[in-house]
Amino acid sequence: MGTYIIRRLLWTILLLFLISAITFVIFNILPSADPALLRAGKNPTPEGIAAIRQQLGTDRPKIEQFWSYMKDLVFHFNFGRSYINDVDVKATILDRLPNTLFLISGAAVIWFTAGVVIGTISSVKRGSIWDRVAMGSALLFISAPVYWLGLVVTYLFSDDLGKFPLLPGVGAYAAAHGFFAQAHALIMPWMVLAAAFAAIYARLLRSNMLEVMGEDYIRTARAKGLPGRSVIRHGLRSAITPLVTVLGLDVGILVGGAILTESVFSIPGIGRLSFDAIQRGDLQTIQGTTLFLALAVCLTSLVVDVLYAFLDPRVRY
Amino acid sequence: MAPLLEVKDLTVRFTTEDGVVNAVDGVSYTVEPGRTLGIVGESGSGKSVSSLTVMGLTRARNAEITGEVLFDGKNLLEASEQEMRTVRGGPIAMIFQDPMSSLHPMYRIGRQLVEAVQMHQKVSKAAARDRAAEMLALVGIPDARRRLDSYPHEFSGGMRQRVMIAMGLCNNPRMLIADEPTTALDVTVQAQILELIRRLQSELDTAVILITHDLGVVAEVTDDIAVMYCGRIVERGPKDQIFAAPQHPYTWGLLKSIPRLDTPRDQPLVPIAGRPPSLINRPTGCHFHPRCPYVRPECVTVDPTLEPIPNDPTHVVRCLIPAGERKRIWADLKAGRTPAVAAVEAGITNDPEEASDGA
Ligand SMILES: Nc1ncnc2c1ncn2[C@@H]1O[C@H](COP(=O)(O)OP(=O)(O)OP(=O)(O)O)[C@@H](O)[C@H]1O
Ligand SMILES: [Mg+2]
Repeated sequence: MGTYIIRRLLWTILLLFLISAITFVIFNILPSADPALLRAGKNPTPEGIAAIRQQLGTDRPKIEQFWSYMKDLVFHFNFGRSYINDVDVKATILDRLPNTLFLISGAAVIWFTAGVVIGTISSVKRGSIWDRVAMGSALLFISAPVYWLGLVVTYLFSDDLGKFPLLPGVGAYAAAHGFFAQAHALIMPWMVLAAAFAAIYARLLRSNMLEVMGEDYIRTARAKGLPGRSVIRHGLRSAITPLVTVLGLDVGILVGGAILTESVFSIPGIGRLSFDAIQRGDLQTIQGTTLFLALAVCLTSLVVDVLYAFLDPRVRY
Repeated sequence: MAPLLEVKDLTVRFTTEDGVVNAVDGVSYTVEPGRTLGIVGESGSGKSVSSLTVMGLTRARNAEITGEVLFDGKNLLEASEQEMRTVRGGPIAMIFQDPMSSLHPMYRIGRQLVEAVQMHQKVSKAAARDRAAEMLALVGIPDARRRLDSYPHEFSGGMRQRVMIAMGLCNNPRMLIADEPTTALDVTVQAQILELIRRLQSELDTAVILITHDLGVVAEVTDDIAVMYCGRIVERGPKDQIFAAPQHPYTWGLLKSIPRLDTPRDQPLVPIAGRPPSLINRPTGCHFHPRCPYVRPECVTVDPTLEPIPNDPTHVVRCLIPAGERKRIWADLKAGRTPAVAAVEAGITNDPEEASDGA
């Protein structure tokens, strides 16, 4: 197990190195906005631009820029400074990270719980009216775009614009202070972010359960005289394990930014940061958030693999 | 002695898209305390469905069950799910064909055994664990207490079947239903498991229903044998009778298709011709007639009932061939003649194909 984790970490580092090289190529070598032009103001003079280039270091040969970028990254875990507003990218990301984490951890709890509960009931009562309604609405939620769902929920429930003003709406999170106020403000974003995931998880769990409940060991559980509840628990134990893997990866991707939800509800998280950076052509920040996303995905998938060995005793590394 | 289990006219039908599957049709048998009944038959003859129904495990929505399953005089088919739960794994235990998939892969053996014990005995967890370890030792698993913490994948197939047997017997059942307990195991392990079942049965005085498609297996361990074909019992009787004087052409086929030590070496093994019938559109008359080498015209139209043979009320058979003739045919077969020759000897000239075409 220990050597496995170390090997995986080495791979992760190599992978991150490759990803940083690729992002560097995409954002610095392929034609895109010249950061110096963006910064030079309305009527730039050629000398002004040259001065800015020199200041940013973009006048140096690309290979040299790559080298210093990588050196900063590897030795100082430094993501560089934004070309646009000159703030430190890593500091910005770390500053925004708690908001994103708060958003996705709450949402993940909601969607995982809802997915498991709905999926289990659906599979146990397969073919019933409940199953049909649940799976039908699951399809609806899976196909509903987040920004559309966000608008609908805002229109219905937000306390400023809503028909039934029950919940804090857009922008409430940014204005809220303290854990409980923030959590309260996040109820709506949580729901919106969790909806599609809950639907996907419910369908996944339902089909896992249907498969598992046909297994021989479930028949054994019934032959022991276990009550229905315990038999379902036996089934769930197997059916839920693959879901944990999916959860890990989904969370990993979302740590890199729940762009749509954060944008709809003006939550200053990493997704919102990337979104703004893209709009402003802020290369260093884009590079930083991309790399951060890759890091998050790599680490969560490592965590998932390690966790899996605990969940499924047959898996050994 | 009063029977422990009395199955009366048990019928199980499944309604499917293709039609009604007559999986079990009018099956009756009794098992006395401490005795062993072997149920033999080809794949698909309804052996598993009939025994799962005894346990109340065929409550599939498409199943229609009639008849009676009297356990200790109480009809289990009328028992509530709640009552059945106290029966399953308690007084009646069941073990299954495939030990590889019959244990939950993610729970430790100990936990699965403890769960079974605590389901039926009001004991502490520690006491249940003691009981589990005791049972593992009883079925011959070395270092039993330590192995409680193992997962199923850490055991071999034979060991897992031992665990299943331990799990089945941990609540001192009065009856054990073993559904092809050795089919998935290799030959030496098969013999060990059968020996184990036999030993535990005599030690614990448990009645056993042993389901198998291998007459060789039942020869070792059973007192009585029921031969199933196409959802029905076609012959039933004491084991020695079935082996010494089998009555049904299907039983003959089974006996001739297994290698036995007491048959001369020069006798060829003769497989039963033809394929098992469809349970949706069953053959008319005697369901075995399309495959029977001794078929007579009336077999195509008349459905025989299960009748005792002359002079032996314990031995019953479902066949239209007169008893005297059956005796002669079996004597011929035993002497090493092929079914075709035996049929001619018995004066049967009609080809089975022709007979069924004529129907
Ligand atoms: N739920 C069900 N729906 C429809 N048909 C079923 C169902 N369960 C069993 N059957 C059918 O009932 C028939 C008898 O099956 P059963 O499992 O009892 O055979 P078996 O004698 O145990 O055979 P094997 O030796 O292969 O275990 C089979 O044809 C099977 O396809
Ligand atoms: Mg079977």
